[in-house]
Amino acid sequence: MIEFREVSKTYPDGTRAVEDFSLVIPARRITVLVGSSGSGKTTLMRMINRMVDPSSGTVEIDGRDISKIEPVRLRRGIGYVMQNSGLLPHRTVAENIATVPRLSGVSRADARKRALAMMDTVGLVRTLADRYPSQLSGGQQQRVGVARGLAIDPNILLMDEPFSAVDPIVRAELQQEVLRLQKELAKTIVFVSHDIDEAFLLGDEVVVLEQGGRIVQQGAPEQILAEPANDFVATFIGADRGKRRLTISDAASRGDDRVLVDAGGYPVGVIAAPGGRLAVGHPSPKSRSISNKTDQAGDA
Amino acid sequence: MNLFGGAFAWILDPAHWSAGPDISGHLLEHLAVSGLCVLIAVAIALPIGIGIGHSGRGRGAAILISNIARALPTLGLLSILILLFGIGLLPITVVLVILAIPPMLAGAYAGVESVDRQTIDAARALGMTEWQIVLRVEIPLALPLLIGGLRATALQVIATLGIASAFAFGGLGIYLINGLAQADFVQLLAGAILITALALVVDGLLAAVQRLVVPHGVALGRSNPNDPQKRARAPRPRAVQEGMQS
Repeated sequence: MIEFREVSKTYPDGTRAVEDFSLVIPARRITVLVGSSGSGKTTLMRMINRMVDPSSGTVEIDGRDISKIEPVRLRRGIGYVMQNSGLLPHRTVAENIATVPRLSGVSRADARKRALAMMDTVGLVRTLADRYPSQLSGGQQQRVGVARGLAIDPNILLMDEPFSAVDPIVRAELQQEVLRLQKELAKTIVFVSHDIDEAFLLGDEVVVLEQGGRIVQQGAPEQILAEPANDFVATFIGADRGKRRLTISDAASRGDDRVLVDAGGYPVGVIAAPGGRLAVGHPSPKSRSISNKTDQAGDA
Repeated sequence: MNLFGGAFAWILDPAHWSAGPDISGHLLEHLAVSGLCVLIAVAIALPIGIGIGHSGRGRGAAILISNIARALPTLGLLSILILLFGIGLLPITVVLVILAIPPMLAGAYAGVESVDRQTIDAARALGMTEWQIVLRVEIPLALPLLIGGLRATALQVIATLGIASAFAFGGLGIYLINGLAQADFVQLLAGAILITALALVVDGLLAAVQRLVVPHGVALGRSNPNDPQKRARAPRPRAVQEGMQS
């Protein structure tokens, strides 16, 4: 469990990145901090491994005030995955993954063994072990970044917009990978994102942030979608634009099936409509998802 | 052309390679004193430059001091120091070290500054200490530019050491001074050619070193990343060895 207590951060130039922020992040769940730029989400996340120290207030991990823990030691116990992978370009894939175990005194041979095992875990073929980051695709680099973050088997994994720089198809793949890993490993994951769809897909708990780290709404994705706390949240999740409102497209429908489209005109699913009529009021209408958009939208 | 032919003939004349303080002796002397000056300059400028590049502090002061050092008239400074300390190695060394520090300093901080900030941020977030960041991330990645600074420094020192011969120092500059004094232009040109050749050889050697120290992963990144042949290729043996060392 990670707890923020009345945390503020003011930079020397007077910028107030975060003001009076309090939050409890539950253990072994994925908590997504989501907000536009300037919402202080990255600053907040970086306070957990003391890459940023709060100007006032405290951050506690399992009840321990982390300002009392030496930053280097603290960081070696917390996994960190960053936006552009942040891999060391002069080290091979296996060396990159083994960085933290090596710093913690694990022998070279053991660290390499562990790195190879981590590659299996995150779905990288072992033949890539002796390649350099520049020889990998963006998606592969991010997988290496995740493997590196998990290499010391930390309780806490921080992920700072890790998939924002890869293309949408690879991003969707990596997001599913995170969900799969989480089912296996059950880490306390703090995930920072500006993408509300990503937040709803990954988050057990979603925290919507406004300028200055103000929490606008916090809860399970379904809760936030069902009852946006205010106009800001409604705009942010796209409810007001009818982005998530579904309509039946007659043009694309065939036979007994009716195709559902979202506000952008993308087909999101099929509903069976025997005899051309929708089974309105049917307790569980037979529907099949034909894209992952419905999974992401949550309320579709 | 006659003059050049004469100069080369002078250099190749066995008499100038055997008797007393011959070409090889002056060459060695030139090389030794240059090496000493470069070594001292590196010992001073390298840690300071790396410190500036790592912390981002003191850059303005370094540039200011470098510019002042560059603007000092070498010959004038050397004359003053010789008046103060007398003729000897000390004033020569001091002047050349002052001259050699700016390029080394610039190479060092530019090199460290050129390392991607995100890479350093990641290294820190992983739990590297500041020393580990300097030694394991910044220096390996800055090495080509560090060697570049060393090249500029060496070139500067070897070329300028020639004037020291005006103050009873041996070295290759002796042929310039004697040539001028005796109006022996063949000897003068021969001296100039010898100094130039030495500078070029040292520069060439360091250029080769500079190419060798580019980290393997970085060198690969510079070539076309979409080249399918490169991607499919097995890692070179050197890469595998490196993997075992660190």
